[in-house]
Amino acid sequence: MTEGHDEHDLQHHNGSSSVHRDRSGTVALHERHHRETGEHPLDHLLRPGRIPHIWCTGCGLGVVLTAYLNGIQKAGVDLDKVAIVSGIGCTGRIAGYINLDSFHTTHGRALPFATGLKLANPELKVSVISGDGDLFAIGGNHLIHAARRNVDMLVLCVNNFNYGMTGGQVAPTTPVTARTQTSPYGCWEHPFNLPYVAAASGAVYVARWTVLHARRLVESVAEAVRHPGFSFIEVISQCPTNFDRPNKGGEGIDLMHFYEKKTVVKNGIDPKEADIGLYTPIVCGKFVDQSKPTYDSCYTNMCTMARGGKK
Amino acid sequence: MKYWREPLDRGRCEVPKGKVTIIDKRCKGCRFCVEFCPRKVLEVSKGFNEKGYHPPEIARPDDCIACGFCELVCPDFAIFVDQQASCPPPAAKAPKTQEVGAH
Repeated sequence: MTEGHDEHDLQHHNGSSSVHRDRSGTVALHERHHRETGEHPLDHLLRPGRIPHIWCTGCGLGVVLTAYLNGIQKAGVDLDKVAIVSGIGCTGRIAGYINLDSFHTTHGRALPFATGLKLANPELKVSVISGDGDLFAIGGNHLIHAARRNVDMLVLCVNNFNYGMTGGQVAPTTPVTARTQTSPYGCWEHPFNLPYVAAASGAVYVARWTVLHARRLVESVAEAVRHPGFSFIEVISQCPTNFDRPNKGGEGIDLMHFYEKKTVVKNGIDPKEADIGLYTPIVCGKFVDQSKPTYDSCYTNMCTMARGGKK
Repeated sequence: MKYWREPLDRGRCEVPKGKVTIIDKRCKGCRFCVEFCPRKVLEVSKGFNEKGYHPPEIARPDDCIACGFCELVCPDFAIFVDQQASCPPPAAKAPKTQEVGAH
């Protein structure tokens, strides 16, 4: 009796797992099943038992996660070949919520890990989802070199203008005059313009959206995943707890209304013109879309050449 | 819904219809879905969920056009929309638009 029960459980488990493994063809089927049972259509891509997530009310990170999951499905890639790498911070938690192969690395080292992953297994579709502090402060050097080498991956950088998880300290993206825990009279440092840095370092696809542009973000993620080379998408998100409270920006919903009113979409402009100040209009859009040989293809060619043309 | 100008193909377009489902216990009360619904289908409810937030409630279910923006903009995976059978084009009910088109 017990054995039978176990066997049934095992079969059931195997059955559901095989459906999960064969994600590429069964996404629509999954969605329909979830909708019929009253569960959210993205539940099969979220780790069971991890929702609700830890992000605050009004935070945009949940929207980024939804957009990424929709985008990766829309891209039509085999979900068994998708790997997600993230670093430390509020955004770094994303890897722990996605029910795909994911890794949560040490602070700032998401890109070196992802580069190694891609080189060891070139057929993987690697996505790095991390925050501005992780990718541009402690991991800044890794970012410029991954972009310079044109490693084939998608980097989704969520910019909330501060170190949110540790209580809201000044980050390399904090706008001038913004008040934070470590700049009580206003920040005096010049911030990074992230799309400009990425484009100048050699990224082949550079875009910026806010969390309100969820639909365009989905399209952008799908496009960038399919684009060979180093694709960089910056997502502007509010941090109602640690950044927008000292700066009197209001709650999450007020910031969403701000994005609605003050965002200008300018596709194809020079990212140099896309600077961000404290609650000044934000320029969004797809800034760079070009093609260049990727790191792994160059490496393979070089190996072939060194062997005298033999593969 | 108010139009800035009457769309030329309004008489020929079928309007999709949606059914919104809210997973109350996941909601953290950010109000993104309520404020950004283009047809104002949702409203903040007076009741509380088990976490103590006011989840949205469906105030005007017939107005939903299944655009799915609430599903995209919800940070907590607490709302989704099913597309139901489309409504017939308004022209079938009001042939007036066709007359205008004929001129």
